Amino acid sequence: MNESATILSLDDLRVDFDTREGPVHAVRGVSWSLAAGQTLAVVGESGSGKSVSALAVLGLIPRPPGRIAGGRIAYRGQDILGMDAGELRRLRGNRIAMIFQEPMTSLNPVLRIGEQIAEGLRVHQGLDRPTARQRALDMLRLVQIPEPERRLDAWPHELSGGMRQRVMIALALACGPDVLIADEPTTALDVTIQAQILDVLRDIKTRLGTSIVLITHDLGVVAEMADRVVVLYAGQVVEEGPVRAVLRRPTHPYTLGLLGARPELSSRSTGPRRTRLTEIPGTVPSLREPIIGCAFAPRCALASARCRAEAPVLEARGAGQRSACWHADQMEIPV
Amino acid sequence: MTAQRDPTAALAWLAGNARRHPGIAVGTLVLAIMVLVAAAAPWIAPRDPSQIAPLQRLQAPGAGFWFGADLIGRDVFSRTVHGARISILVGLAVAATSLSIGLLIGLLSGFVRWVDALLMRVMDGLMAIPSILLAVALIALTGASLGNVIIAISVAEVPRVARLVRSVVLSIREQPFVEAAVVAGTRFPLLLWRHVLPNTLAPLLVQGTFIFASAVLTEAILSFIGAGTPPSIPSWGNIIAEGRVVFQFAPHIVLFPGLALSLMVLAVNLLGDGLRDALDPRFVSRA
Amino acid sequence: MLSHILRRLLATVPVLAVVAVVVFSLLYLTPGDPAVVLAGEQASEDDIARLRIALALDQPFLTRFGLWLSGVLQGDLGTSVFSNRPVTELIAQRLEPTIALTLAALAIAVALALPLGVLAAARAGGMLDRTVMSLAVLGFSMPVFVLAYLLIMLFSVKLGWLPVQGYKPIAEGLWPFLRHLALPALALGLAYAALIARITRTAMLEVLNQDYIRTARAKGLSETAVLVRHGLRNAAVPVVTIVGIGFALLISGVVVTETVFNLPGLGRLTVDAILRRDYPVIQGVTLLFSALYVLINLAVDLSYGLFDPRIRR
Repeated sequence: MNESATILSLDDLRVDFDTREGPVHAVRGVSWSLAAGQTLAVVGESGSGKSVSALAVLGLIPRPPGRIAGGRIAYRGQDILGMDAGELRRLRGNRIAMIFQEPMTSLNPVLRIGEQIAEGLRVHQGLDRPTARQRALDMLRLVQIPEPERRLDAWPHELSGGMRQRVMIALALACGPDVLIADEPTTALDVTIQAQILDVLRDIKTRLGTSIVLITHDLGVVAEMADRVVVLYAGQVVEEGPVRAVLRRPTHPYTLGLLGARPELSSRSTGPRRTRLTEIPGTVPSLREPIIGCAFAPRCALASARCRAEAPVLEARGAGQRSACWHADQMEIPV
Repeated sequence: MTAQRDPTAALAWLAGNARRHPGIAVGTLVLAIMVLVAAAAPWIAPRDPSQIAPLQRLQAPGAGFWFGADLIGRDVFSRTVHGARISILVGLAVAATSLSIGLLIGLLSGFVRWVDALLMRVMDGLMAIPSILLAVALIALTGASLGNVIIAISVAEVPRVARLVRSVVLSIREQPFVEAAVVAGTRFPLLLWRHVLPNTLAPLLVQGTFIFASAVLTEAILSFIGAGTPPSIPSWGNIIAEGRVVFQFAPHIVLFPGLALSLMVLAVNLLGDGLRDALDPRFVSRA
Repeated sequence: MLSHILRRLLATVPVLAVVAVVVFSLLYLTPGDPAVVLAGEQASEDDIARLRIALALDQPFLTRFGLWLSGVLQGDLGTSVFSNRPVTELIAQRLEPTIALTLAALAIAVALALPLGVLAAARAGGMLDRTVMSLAVLGFSMPVFVLAYLLIMLFSVKLGWLPVQGYKPIAEGLWPFLRHLALPALALGLAYAALIARITRTAMLEVLNQDYIRTARAKGLSETAVLVRHGLRNAAVPVVTIVGIGFALLISGVVVTETVFNLPGLGRLTVDAILRRDYPVIQGVTLLFSALYVLINLAVDLSYGLFDPRIRR
């Protein structure tokens, strides 16, 4: 297997949020790594810690009340958490960029589109106005915005959600970063627009070779876009591996549940279509108290006494997959 | 929805809020002390405020005269303490007057369409005139007396109250529970009493505290420039105005009532701020 | 865009009309004989009779109002009872000190309040925030004349750096002009600053919670750029609004400050008029300041379009 250089890695990251009623442990020891040119999907439901772990990379977690409680984040081997404000700023938008879930509110309403894209270029690359403007135009073309010359001087409120998200992508990639972190980029958009945005991202991937961390709760998106996937639950990694392997043969009951809960329309699946949405019963546990044993145990059909007493660790399952479950081998995968 | 609580619950809720909003606690405490001092003025003041002692003119603050003596030997402390009564009286009177009249106009405006446009135009016009000048003009025409001062300041404060009440009425009118009540045949006075008025209580209370502060301040300014209470009344503005000429060598005449004035306005502003935060509907719904 | 401006301009007409009616009517709505009031205390019976004819007191209200209004629009604000000069002339004489004071106070207020408000919001809950907010409530509660006297005590009496009172027109030299203007402008400016700082902080807090601030940070912009270019520009609308509304407070502050520091401006003109029972002057100044207030709020209103492109349509 080709060992590409690891460009971004999280190592046992822990993030807490201090609230009036005590700290909430949003991320409880998450590790994943992104290889150059790869697309890594980080999957989980709300509250799994997927967004928080990504925000931590660029130091965008509001502090207070957020707090990095432990772990390491490394970009090209260099520790990000230890960086001072200046170094971090040189990283943001320049080497590592991020786009967010809500395109409608992520752009500054009082500045023109072109200015917002050019801003990063002028700050990081010291370009003068005309050059930066030209580059911004190129970026708009890259993300396939129609009539880019006109749009340069448009205001955000004149654009639709899909267009704004494209602008966000253009903005993020303006300085040519190695890594793009996309936090649920299509969740707030219509299904048809979603497909367009994913096309743009795929195009970026092929043309620029950008490494992408794609955070999502949609396994369909994972299947389309990602090379590797990491599944988070209650602030911890429960499964990870190559996408095809994990989706074909999940080795954790939660992943299986996610697959079962996914509305299946297309002929993309190899097996008979599911006719019913299976819901995973129960809810995510409270992240305030330390969790004893497996976090998923209360909702798991395979849970045993051991599961409730002892937290499972990530173990290799073959084909590059790893999962944290005492009963992975007892899982029945409906085909 | 309709604010019908029993008084003990309201009191407990207020006490709980006081802890979370120190502004209310501090403001109320300072204000309460000042009110008590003012009320007890005749007994606390060592001398009659108009008692002249020419031999001790302009004496500095000390054992004999706690806040010093003014140009004709009157005790500044006694005058200041009595002045507190005037300020509180003006504050309360203006607040009561402007709140009542504003309430009436606001209700009228909110419920009677054809009169709304006219009334609001007039209110807008009134608000466009800087209140100090409006008060000055009115006092110039009617003469300086305590009553006229109260009326003049109230006139300036009414438009804002009217607008406030009107907006509450307009927003309440659209609510489904009001429509339901109307459909159920509830008569207008009951509608007013049950649904509209309770919702105006909180904003009016907050507005009232700010009006109090503003009125105390305005009266002091008016008296300072000679368009306020007549010189025979020891209002703070008057005392300060009298002390102006000798400020450079006898600053105590200006400073003590000035500081008392600042303290009172500060206390009321803190109270008002705290009340506004505490009574914010977003917070109330959580309770 | 032009039609927007025109429409807004036209919208001020009814308000100005009401102001004119109110200011005009005060004389007639209050008890007492208008002719006697306007004639002043020194007037004789003949003067009063003549005045009654000049005022057309026997004519219906609308006619009188029309006469007065047409005079106003031609620049005739009446005649001072005390000095027998046209009110307009008196006002013109006193403009410079008031304008100087107002502009200086405004400059001080904005220069202090904006940065402090922005920083307080950026470090919400911290030491700076609490200090600024406490000082702001204090500045807002302390009457301008008390603040003025405190400043005089410190800078003039104790330290002797600045004159206690008085005004030197700019024609007599820049330095004396500034020396005499410093304390009054400071007193007024601090009070105004307190108001602006509070609103700036509140507006900024709201803005800093928005997603586009996170985007700006994610782009690697400096904290200053984030706060000012992305934050403050969006908070501009409420801040500018309060600057407009605060102008009314500024006017009362001007009256008081000119009295304390003996500046020969419009505020002092008003106070003197009160003393001399010179109603036409009071009426004239009131009308002027009200019209100015309306126009300033119009300017504020129009400026929204500058700050927020969404409002332009």
